[in-house]
Amino acid sequence: MSLKKPDHLEMYRRMQRIRVFEEAVKTLPVEGHLSIGQEGAIVGACMALRDDDYITGTHRSHGHPIGKGATLAPLMAELLGKVTGICRGRGGSMHLADFSVGVVGESAIVGGGIPLATGAGFSAQVRGTDQVSLCFFGDGASNQGTFGESMNLAAVWNLPVIFFCENNGYAISTSIAKSHGQPDIAKRADGYGIPGVIVDGQDALAVYQATNEAVIRARNGDGPTLIEAKTYRFEEHCDNLNILIPYRSQEEIDHHVKNRDPLLIYQTALLAMQEVSQKDLEAIKLEVEIEVREAVSFAQESAFPDPADIYQNMYSTPIHYPA
Amino acid sequence: MLDTIKEPPIAEEFTSSKLSYMDAIVLAQKEEMLRDERVVLIGEDISIYGGTDLVKSFDENRVRNMPISENSFTGMAIGAAMTGLRPIVDLTIASFTYLAADQIINQASKLRYMTGGQIQVPIVFRAGMYYKIGNAAQHSDRPYPFFMSAPGLKIIVPSTPADMKGLLKSAVRDDDPVMIFEDCNLWAKKEEVSTDPDYLIPIGCADIKRVGSDVTIISIGACLPMVLAAAETLQKQGISAEVVDPRTLVPLDKEVLIRSVAKTGCLVIVDNAHRTNSAASEIAAVIAEEAFESLRKPIQRVTTADVHIPFSPVLEKIVYPTAADVIGAVNKIQ
Repeated sequence: MSLKKPDHLEMYRRMQRIRVFEEAVKTLPVEGHLSIGQEGAIVGACMALRDDDYITGTHRSHGHPIGKGATLAPLMAELLGKVTGICRGRGGSMHLADFSVGVVGESAIVGGGIPLATGAGFSAQVRGTDQVSLCFFGDGASNQGTFGESMNLAAVWNLPVIFFCENNGYAISTSIAKSHGQPDIAKRADGYGIPGVIVDGQDALAVYQATNEAVIRARNGDGPTLIEAKTYRFEEHCDNLNILIPYRSQEEIDHHVKNRDPLLIYQTALLAMQEVSQKDLEAIKLEVEIEVREAVSFAQESAFPDPADIYQNMYSTPIHYPA
Repeated sequence: MLDTIKEPPIAEEFTSSKLSYMDAIVLAQKEEMLRDERVVLIGEDISIYGGTDLVKSFDENRVRNMPISENSFTGMAIGAAMTGLRPIVDLTIASFTYLAADQIINQASKLRYMTGGQIQVPIVFRAGMYYKIGNAAQHSDRPYPFFMSAPGLKIIVPSTPADMKGLLKSAVRDDDPVMIFEDCNLWAKKEEVSTDPDYLIPIGCADIKRVGSDVTIISIGACLPMVLAAAETLQKQGISAEVVDPRTLVPLDKEVLIRSVAKTGCLVIVDNAHRTNSAASEIAAVIAEEAFESLRKPIQRVTTADVHIPFSPVLEKIVYPTAADVIGAVNKIQ
């Protein structure tokens, strides 16, 4: 599928939503693992999916549901621990899973979501639907056993799964150079007999194209693909986290912020293709500003959960529970 | 899409047939797979460990043999449970549940709660406890107490073929993750089991296996045949023992346990798990907190010692609770 003007506007809108949402989070008294800098990888991948396709994500969980089309207000309310939050205040910043848009979990156990996404693909195969499942994970998770095990399971059973690595170069403070035997995670696909693709994660269009090919493969019953999107996180691993060791230089960060901003790269490409006008983009920016402001107000004005409800959703059928 | 939930046969008179504990495991799964196309079976070497009939009865779409990746195929089944299937995961040997524990505890047990009830995780984890057969410590665990400490799981330890059929079927139909600990020492035990494909035993209900008046013996899982034999010996001594099987460890049927202790005033708990933090320990704590005034004597635990299971048969046979241990514990408080 090639992108038409409304698709481009939607892609830009979702990228802008993540950016402005995260900028707003920085002003709030909450801890968050921000997705700023990784919007192109996230949204480029999500735009290749249908609404009924599945994704799983990571502790850096704000971007994925937004990329998949979630409404912002319940996500913001979750960050503040409010009862109107998408997880009723039980999940928080690392777990913004919105099942209504197909997010089957955001796992703060690194690598924990990879088998779940594989299972969503397995489920689609058993049920005989043509849904696919896309698993977001980071460079750090690629060193967990679940990564290799799940790729093997998907390969053995030809499951409709896209393993999508947001390689932002660092697992907290540990660089790829210090944690990977060779720097290209996509090459590991060879060992499991599936295609491995490297794409520039700052180029949303390139990410979309690579993911779209993998989605077509998966939907046609041709099995899984590993995509490695080389991206970069502009912010610290987690805001409020003060890492004293200089694991990356200010020059490196400045270079990416100035030259490798996925929003600027996409905006420039769109205007060059003459697909959309500057006016279209400005209108979206304004709409998103309002949307985020309303989400913050909604979150701030919402109530906290009632302590009497602390056992809610422990079990579907409580028997003699709680004690 | 799948056709789900087939109507059971109507107006048929169900009788019973003599089934072994192993037959009951296979039949319960087969009946549930025939009833509901969302039920799938996942595990290693399924056809070897009692699943031959299932492999023959269902195609590869429903019965999948897995590579040795316990944590990830368990997680795969959890992902499938969240997206429309009702998987049964056969973890083969209970010691392997440790390998799958990350996905069972961090994902299956927590996701319903952590997502504010957006999803449910209808999944069954089967774990076979193969001990007393010279397998040494890495194949002989009875690890249900570990999982009792993870809220969000339901934990079942059936001790008879009928309980196995009824409880395993209830587990498959339950909307929460259920761990069922099977005991290989019971495989050959036979009894009459209902042929009703809707024969269900509710999760969370204890069963009084023997009525008595002088002492309550709470027997967990496969301790039951030994405990019933001990109760007969005690009867000859003039001590009437009531034997209660909790059947479900989470949620625990406190009412039935407390009522029995209120009647007898004495309690012995028999558990094949290691002593420290055993299921017996938890039950002892519950009775001490909630029924202390009923007790005439201190609660006694009869458990496996806190030692690894040794290979040599001479050593292995002395680590588990015996009828003599149970009789000794009862006599101590009579």
